[in-house]
Amino acid sequence: MAVLVIADHDNAHLRDTTHKTVTAARALSGDIDVLVLGQNCAAAAKEAAGIEGVRKVLTAESAGLDKMIAEAVEAVVLPLMDGYDAVLTPATSAGKNFAPRIAARLDTAPLTDVVEVVDASTFVRPIYAGNALETVQSNEAKKVITVRPTTFKAAGTGGSATVESIAGADAPKTTFVSEEMVKSDRPELGAAKIVVSGGRAMGSAEEFKAVIEPLADRLGAAVGASRAAVDAGYAPNDYQVGQTGKVVAPQLYIAIGISGAIQHLAGMKDSKVIVAINKDADAPIFQVADYGWVADYKTAVPELMKALG
Amino acid sequence: MKVLVPVKRVIDYNVKARVKPDQSGVDLANVKMSMNPFDEIAVEEAVRLVEGKEHHAAGTATEIVVVSIGPAQAQETIRTALAMGADRGVLIQSDSDLEPLAVAKVLQKVVEEEQPNLVLMGKQAIDGDNNAVGQMLAALLGWPQATFASKLVVAGDSAEVTREIDGGLQTLKVSLPAVVTTDLRLNTPRYASLPNIMKAKKKEIAMKAVADYGVDTAPRLKVLKVTEPPKRQAGVKVDNAADLVAKLRNEAGVL
Repeated sequence: MAVLVIADHDNAHLRDTTHKTVTAARALSGDIDVLVLGQNCAAAAKEAAGIEGVRKVLTAESAGLDKMIAEAVEAVVLPLMDGYDAVLTPATSAGKNFAPRIAARLDTAPLTDVVEVVDASTFVRPIYAGNALETVQSNEAKKVITVRPTTFKAAGTGGSATVESIAGADAPKTTFVSEEMVKSDRPELGAAKIVVSGGRAMGSAEEFKAVIEPLADRLGAAVGASRAAVDAGYAPNDYQVGQTGKVVAPQLYIAIGISGAIQHLAGMKDSKVIVAINKDADAPIFQVADYGWVADYKTAVPELMKALG
Repeated sequence: MKVLVPVKRVIDYNVKARVKPDQSGVDLANVKMSMNPFDEIAVEEAVRLVEGKEHHAAGTATEIVVVSIGPAQAQETIRTALAMGADRGVLIQSDSDLEPLAVAKVLQKVVEEEQPNLVLMGKQAIDGDNNAVGQMLAALLGWPQATFASKLVVAGDSAEVTREIDGGLQTLKVSLPAVVTTDLRLNTPRYASLPNIMKAKKKEIAMKAVADYGVDTAPRLKVLKVTEPPKRQAGVKVDNAADLVAKLRNEAGVL
């Protein structure tokens, strides 16, 4: 039984979500091929060939694949599935978009946002915003799986798989118009070792910027926000940590002025160490925090900056 | 333009789901149920397409059909959508919670019957959190899809959809008919007014059964158990920055 992993990358580099998905794939099979879809993605394909335990790397290029348009991905992956029993991809916005489409065409029930592979047919996935974990068994002949990368260790490097290019495809009914990516020198939220997040207590976008960003930069951290802060317009949507935003699991998560709504906790409770700073001693965030500091962020954050030196 | 909006009756957004002691599922007895919040956004956007709110021209949509698959009580969910401004409803009764693939197959039949130009639906239901039905429906129909929409502009026989993706926004142009799934920032759904709630009572809801559609909806996955996630323990309190930094450096080793 061979399995296919669809890589997550930006053409020049592979994201480590791919390495993590390879780890999940190993629980299914020892024969793992990686598919790199994009445009001028030879560098990413080369990195994929270096992942430990990968048998072969396939690459396909087109304008539509560069933008991971679901119909284009479907067109490339479907014919390949004759040779694979499962396809896995990280549960990124792209993976969530195309994976169910492939599943429907294969007439198979997708397994989405998998956090644990118990065995080749048994999987654990969060439901109800992470308030429950469902263990499901799938005896489908072909499995389509999206993997929550934060719960798997990254596969090592040092492999030397061959790279083979295959025909690309486009999406005739969908055209790419534009993209507006947030530019930042900070680490990516999903991959950062430290995340500093702000909540509604900030009160304004200016205050959010003035309080959260310097601390994040001092720590080399990514910036996150609660949904309440995003909804209030204090922070852009892609900062959002939670059930409806990004799920993160950094080494250190610092929540500032965040009360800790269920939907926020669902996005960060797997962090190794959680620090909460909030002036409300009863805030639910303190129930999950390893280090809680009941204080007004207005005095606490400057004090923290000073203590960090 | 005709818009089909599938809606699901789920546990209310503000209610914390509790796992049953026998690990057979989540306890939904005597729990407040509501329309899936993402579906509410889809209904609102459809109504705005009719009314010409925001950037939409009035009459962009001319008819809104709401469909739900679920128990008899899902009629209330459809009524909510009718009170918001949808024209008529279809309830496809099912006593069991169908898997996404089965839902997509039933919806495919509804689409073939209703012939909408646009299917607008929530990106995911907040119970199963699968985020799959819209994409699967589009695949079965051979239609383009634009998921996680934060802006929708319909112009002639295509739609420009701005999508929430990791790290920013992406705008795609899809030819109609298409499936568009909604994200949270597309709009803020209205509360239905009392006169509209009264009016909705007179609107038609067609009653159907899953069996009427002749598709195989048997479950493909077996749920072995539903458990509570491991709880984090609250740690210690600190009362100054120096203490916090020392603990993070020496005790936790994360700085």
